[in-house]
Amino acid sequence: MKTAIAFWNIMLKDFRNYYLKPPNISWGIIFPFAWMLMFFLKSQTPVDVRAILPGIMAMSILFGTTSLLSVTITFERRSRSFDRLLLSPISLTWLMLAKTLGAILFGIVNAFVPVLIALFFVNLPHINWVIVFMSVIFIAITSTFLGLFIAVSVSEVFEAQTFSNFFRFPMVFLCGLFIPLGQLPVYVRLLSYFIPLTYGADLLKTAINQDGHITVPISFSILIIFSIVLFLFSKRNIQHKWIY
Amino acid sequence: MEQHILKVENLTKKFNDFLAVDSLNFSVLKNEIFGFLGPNGAGKTTTINMLTGLARPTSGSIFFNGKDYTAHIKKAQEIIGIVPDESNLYEELDGFENLCFCASLYGIEKTEREHRARNLLRQFNLTEAGKRLYKSYSKGMKRKLTIAAGIIHQPSVLFLDEPTTGIDVASARQIRLLIKSLNETGTTIFMTTHYIEEAERLCHRIAFIVKGQIIKIGAIHDLMEDAQKEAIIQFSFDGIVQLSQFEYDFLQQFSQCKLTHIQESVFQVRSAIAHDLMSLMSFFDSRGIKVMEAKIIKPSLEEVFVKITGIEREVMKKEKEGKKK
Ligand SMILES: Nc1ncnc2c1ncn2[C@@H]1O[C@H](COP(=O)(O)OP(=O)(O)OP(=O)(O)O)[C@@H](O)[C@H]1O
Ligand SMILES: [Mg+2]
Repeated sequence: MKTAIAFWNIMLKDFRNYYLKPPNISWGIIFPFAWMLMFFLKSQTPVDVRAILPGIMAMSILFGTTSLLSVTITFERRSRSFDRLLLSPISLTWLMLAKTLGAILFGIVNAFVPVLIALFFVNLPHINWVIVFMSVIFIAITSTFLGLFIAVSVSEVFEAQTFSNFFRFPMVFLCGLFIPLGQLPVYVRLLSYFIPLTYGADLLKTAINQDGHITVPISFSILIIFSIVLFLFSKRNIQHKWIY
Repeated sequence: MEQHILKVENLTKKFNDFLAVDSLNFSVLKNEIFGFLGPNGAGKTTTINMLTGLARPTSGSIFFNGKDYTAHIKKAQEIIGIVPDESNLYEELDGFENLCFCASLYGIEKTEREHRARNLLRQFNLTEAGKRLYKSYSKGMKRKLTIAAGIIHQPSVLFLDEPTTGIDVASARQIRLLIKSLNETGTTIFMTTHYIEEAERLCHRIAFIVKGQIIKIGAIHDLMEDAQKEAIIQFSFDGIVQLSQFEYDFLQQFSQCKLTHIQESVFQVRSAIAHDLMSLMSFFDSRGIKVMEAKIIKPSLEEVFVKITGIEREVMKKEKEGKKK
């Protein structure tokens, strides 16, 4: 019960303090919107909206979640308020889950902004919404934990931002969204299989356009493995570097 | 037997090869104010961090209420309150929200934490400020709110790291009164400071810590007793007087005494045995040295500290000022 109260309030504070602040909200809406608009103007056919939807959803989640963690964790670490959390009797695992759940929810909401925008322009029949929803959840979890991993590996906010771009941009290009995996040179394609976003994007493609390459259970399992590894690695980092 | 709430055995912290805290042994009794007094870099904060769970001891053991918590301080954190040397509250929250948030970390229910937050704000004269963002607070207000945040879960032992460093005299006084009254209502206090007078005024027992080691530990009056064995008489002479004018003859006549030049024509005579003032006066008179003032100096904790640690009072003072900037 005590843990539940602490957990809930840590998450609530992050929502009030960061996620629901105007810059974040507008970023969450403008970013997917801008991408949608760009592709839409370029192609001007409704079919294409559907084709690009998986990519924009995945990117919205990735960019939305990873940039949040540098604030809620790296910044709080810098200003020493994170120490206060470490000094309270909530266990490190629960604390980290509380610090990330908000970002995960934010990422999920972010993912559906492009869907809502797309619904304005076109109908979206024949979509497996259950898999869409599940994929969005798992992409959000993996990206958030990737953000967590970055946030606990650096000590300055700007480092977190630079470092996350170092991960994000190659991921976007290697995950098969813009250049289909089959067209990548073999050794680059190999790299793609080490990127969680590849599996997330493939899941969305399967659910929305039925043109994914990896089977659904495999993608889900791999995303879960990525999440667990990133989470444990981040926990280890906090335990060893922050509790010195 | 007196009950101790915290006991530390051979507590050691190494940073690579650097020994920051070196085999500390001490215990803190229930309901006392225990002071850690030492200069910058002595290892005070590192010790607090180990005791509260922000740092891992290299070796040694930590007991709370007789139970070994060394490997899992987290389990003891419920009964610990911490006021760090630098503020760690949230700039973007107001005073009331900060207190409520801190209470929630300890699992306190909403109505209860709001009730406690309001009471603390009132007790600390921050009721109005409670509605303002923390970042708009003055240093003194920040420190007071940080203390309030440290006690909102009613800990049985409170760690205060340099509670009055860097704030003005009036606020420091207020904070000392707060610490006293907290202690009177049953909170055990472990505090660090490098203000000797503060330690003397507040603490029941003090440990002198220098370079990671406890040099001396004891109750104030026991520490003072050592110093009181020595009498100090301070003479101010008329005109410019050199030590060389009388040193030789003086030490011949009063062989148990030590002479120190304090400034210009001010000298101190220290002696382990009592000398009557008259014989000293007549010595100077016979040398044609006119005594303007003679006073017996009561040894202060400062004297004790200087004597035991070999650290000059100027060093501690300089550091205080350095810290303030
Ligand atoms: N994380 C760290 N890594 C390496 N050395 C450290 C670390 N933390 C502290 N030290 C060193 O350990 C020594 C003790 O530091 P500590 O902060 O405990 O001193 P302090 O008594 O609190 O001093 P102050 O009065 O300045 O607060 C210092 O020499 C400091 O440089
Ligand atoms: Mg310190």
